[in-house]
Amino acid sequence: MARRANPLTSIAGAAAVAAVALVTLVPVASLWFNADRLLGRNAEFNLAAADIAALRFTLLQATLSAAISVGLAIPVARAIFRRRFWGRELLISVLGAPFLLPVIVAVIGLLAVWGRSGWISSALTMSGFERISIYGLSGVLLAHVFFNLPLATRMILQAWTRIPANHFRIAEQVGMTPRDVFRHLEIPMLRAVVPGAFLIIALICASSFAVVLALGGGPRATTLELAIYEAIRFEFNLGRAASLALLQFAMGGAIAIFVFAGNRDIGFGGGARVDFQRWRSKDKLPVAADILAIGLLFVLLGLPLVAILLDGAPKLATLPGEVWPALKNSILISLSSTAISIILGLALSARIATLSRLPARAVEVFSMLALSASPLVIGTGLFLLLRPFVNPFDMALPVTALVNSAMSLPLAVRILVPAQRRIIEVYGPLKESLGVRGWSGFRLVHWPALRSPAGFAAGIAAALSMGDLGVVALFAPPEFATLPLVVYRLIGAYRTDQATGAALLLVLASFALYYIFDRGGRLGRLA
Amino acid sequence: MDVSLDSLYLKTGAFELRANCLLASDTAYAIIGPSGEGKSTLLQAIAGFVRPSGGRVLIGGRDCTRIQPADRPTTILFQEHNLFPHLSVYENTALGIRPDLRLTSEQRNQAINVLNRVGLGGYENRLPGSLSGGQRQRAALARALLRARPVLLLDEPFAALGPGLRAEMLGLVSEIRAEHAITLIFVTHEPSDALKAADFTLMIGGGRVCRPVATKELFANPPPELKTYLGL
Repeated sequence: MARRANPLTSIAGAAAVAAVALVTLVPVASLWFNADRLLGRNAEFNLAAADIAALRFTLLQATLSAAISVGLAIPVARAIFRRRFWGRELLISVLGAPFLLPVIVAVIGLLAVWGRSGWISSALTMSGFERISIYGLSGVLLAHVFFNLPLATRMILQAWTRIPANHFRIAEQVGMTPRDVFRHLEIPMLRAVVPGAFLIIALICASSFAVVLALGGGPRATTLELAIYEAIRFEFNLGRAASLALLQFAMGGAIAIFVFAGNRDIGFGGGARVDFQRWRSKDKLPVAADILAIGLLFVLLGLPLVAILLDGAPKLATLPGEVWPALKNSILISLSSTAISIILGLALSARIATLSRLPARAVEVFSMLALSASPLVIGTGLFLLLRPFVNPFDMALPVTALVNSAMSLPLAVRILVPAQRRIIEVYGPLKESLGVRGWSGFRLVHWPALRSPAGFAAGIAAALSMGDLGVVALFAPPEFATLPLVVYRLIGAYRTDQATGAALLLVLASFALYYIFDRGGRLGRLA
Repeated sequence: MDVSLDSLYLKTGAFELRANCLLASDTAYAIIGPSGEGKSTLLQAIAGFVRPSGGRVLIGGRDCTRIQPADRPTTILFQEHNLFPHLSVYENTALGIRPDLRLTSEQRNQAINVLNRVGLGGYENRLPGSLSGGQRQRAALARALLRARPVLLLDEPFAALGPGLRAEMLGLVSEIRAEHAITLIFVTHEPSDALKAADFTLMIGGGRVCRPVATKELFANPPPELKTYLGL
C-alpha cells in the first residue's frame, strides 16, 4: 500500500523530531562540553570514590529491585492466570494504578506501614521486638518493588494468556503433570518474557530519583541521580554534577540498548485466547501457593494504599496553607507539559505511521531517548545551558513542564502510533479518493479516530506530570513548590500527618486529571 | 469403540446444545452445520475439555463424563496450535507416548515409524515453525496415532489447507481409521468432505444435534435445514 506522507505531516513530523532533539540531545551535549570546561578549572578529572560508590549502589539496587520484582511476579501472575476468583478483573486493572501513583505518595504509604512508627513496627514493639527502619537499601527496594511488581506481573500475565489455549488442552490430553506443563509450556514463555521485563525494570530503577531522595541517602545509599542532585543543590559543584550526569546517561543508554536488542518475541502466533474450563483443583498444595502469592501482592501493594486513605482522609480538612499555591503550580505544569507532549506526540506518531518499518523504528527509538536520559540528566544539562543567560532557579516552572513532556512523549507516541496506522489503513484510500487533505482531513478523518487514544495519552501525561518529583527538586527555589515537593518537604520536617493529607490530595488531583482527559477523549463517541 | 451421548446438555452463557445419540464403533461420522452452533463445543465435550451441564458421555459403555481428558479413550486435533513451537517434530510426536519425553529406544523407533507413516520421514528435528501448514497437521496426526486411542476427533484441522491437500489429508486419516478400527468424528463445512470420508453425518443447528443419517442418503435427499445451509 502506498503510504505517502502529505507535506503537512512531513513538516510537523520534522518539527517534532527537532523539538525532541532540542529537549534531550542538546542538554546532554551541553553536559559533555561543560563537564570538560568546569572540571578542567576544578582540576579533579577523576571520578571520586564517592562517585564510584554511587554508581555501584545504583547498579546494585536496580539489579535487586528488578530481580525481586520479576521473581515475585512469576508466582503472582501464575496464580492470577490459573484461578478464577471474585474481584479478579478488578485486581488486574488495579495492577495498572501504581504506574500513575505519585512516587512520593507511595513513599508515605510505605512509611505508614513499614516505617519506624508504622504498623509493622508498632506491632513488633507490642510483642517486645525492636522497631524496624526502612531508610537505606531496604526502603529503596521496597518502594521499587511496590511500583514494579505490578508492572512485571502484568507483563508476565499477558505472556501467560498468549499461550494458545489449545496448548493447554493438548497438555491435558497427553496427561502432562503440572511439572511437565511448567517445563514444556511455561518455561519457554518465561524465557521469552522475563529478560525483557528484568531489563526494563532495571532501567526504570537505575534512573529512579524520588524514591532514593526520600528513602535513600548517606554514603551507603546514594545513587547517581541523588549524587547529581546533591552536587548541584548542596555543593554547587557543577563540574561534578555534569560528569555524574554523563555517567548516568551512559549507564542508562547501555541498559536501554540491551532492552531494544533483546526486544524479540517468541513465535507463539496469534492464538485463540479462549477462556477454557478446568476443574482439577484437587491438588491442594498449588491452591495454597496461589493464595499465598495473591496475599503477598495485597500486603505489598494494598496495605500502603489503605494506609494513605485511612491516615490521609481525616487530614484533608486541615491542610497547611503552602499546599494551595503548590497545587496551582502543579496543575499549571501538568497542563502545559500535557499540551506539549500531545502536540508533539500527534505530529511524531503521524510521521512514524507513514514511514516504512525501519525508519519508523528509528524515529520511535529516538523519541525514547528521553527514557535513557533521565529527568535529572536533562535537568542538569538545561541548568548548565540556562545559567549564562538567566538564573536557573527562576525557571523551575517552564523547565519542569518541558522535561515532564519529554518524559511522557514516548508513552504518547506508543499509544498513538497504532491508531495512526489504523487510520491510514482503513481510511487512507477513501480519503485519497475524496481528496480530503490538510486541516479538514485532520479534523474530519484523523481527529475523530484519534480522540480516544489521545485522551488516554493525555490523561497519563497529566497524571505523571502532576505527581512528578524529579527535575523540579533540582530547580525549585525555597519559595517555589509543586505539590509533590511540598509533600517531600513536609516529610523532611517530620510533619507526617500534614504530609499524609497533602499526599492524599495529590493522589486525588492526579487521578482526577487522568480521569478528565481519558473520559473527555471518549465523550460523545458513538463507538 | 462406540460413543453414546446420553441426554447431553451443554450450556455456556446464552449458548445451549442438546444431543442424544449413539455413534457406532469403527465408523466415520461428519458433523455439519452453521458456525457458532457448537460443533467444536460438542467435540470438546466428548474429549473432556467442556463439562456438560447435564447428561452423560459414554465411550465404549463407560461413563466418561467426569473423567479427565488424558484418561479418556479419545484424541482430538484442533484447527491450529496442535504443536508446541519450541519442541521438534519428533518431540511433539513423542509426547503422545510419554509427556515427559523419556522414551525407550523401542518407543523411539515407534515414533519414527509413525512419522514415516504420515510422510514426515526426515523431518524429525525440524521445528514446527519451519513446516508448512499441512506438514504441521501431519505431525499432530502422527501424535494421535501414537496415542492409539479408539476414538479420533477432528476439529477442522485441515480447514486452512487448499482443497487438494485437504482431500489428501482426509484420505490419509481414512486409511488410518480403517487400519486401526477407529471411531472417527470430524467437523466440516464441506459436503464433499462428508461424502468422501463419513459413513454417517450429524446435522447440528437450532441448539440440538440430529441423529446420524447415512451421508449419501442425506445429501441425495437433503432436509430443509440442510438445504438452507447449503444455499440450495
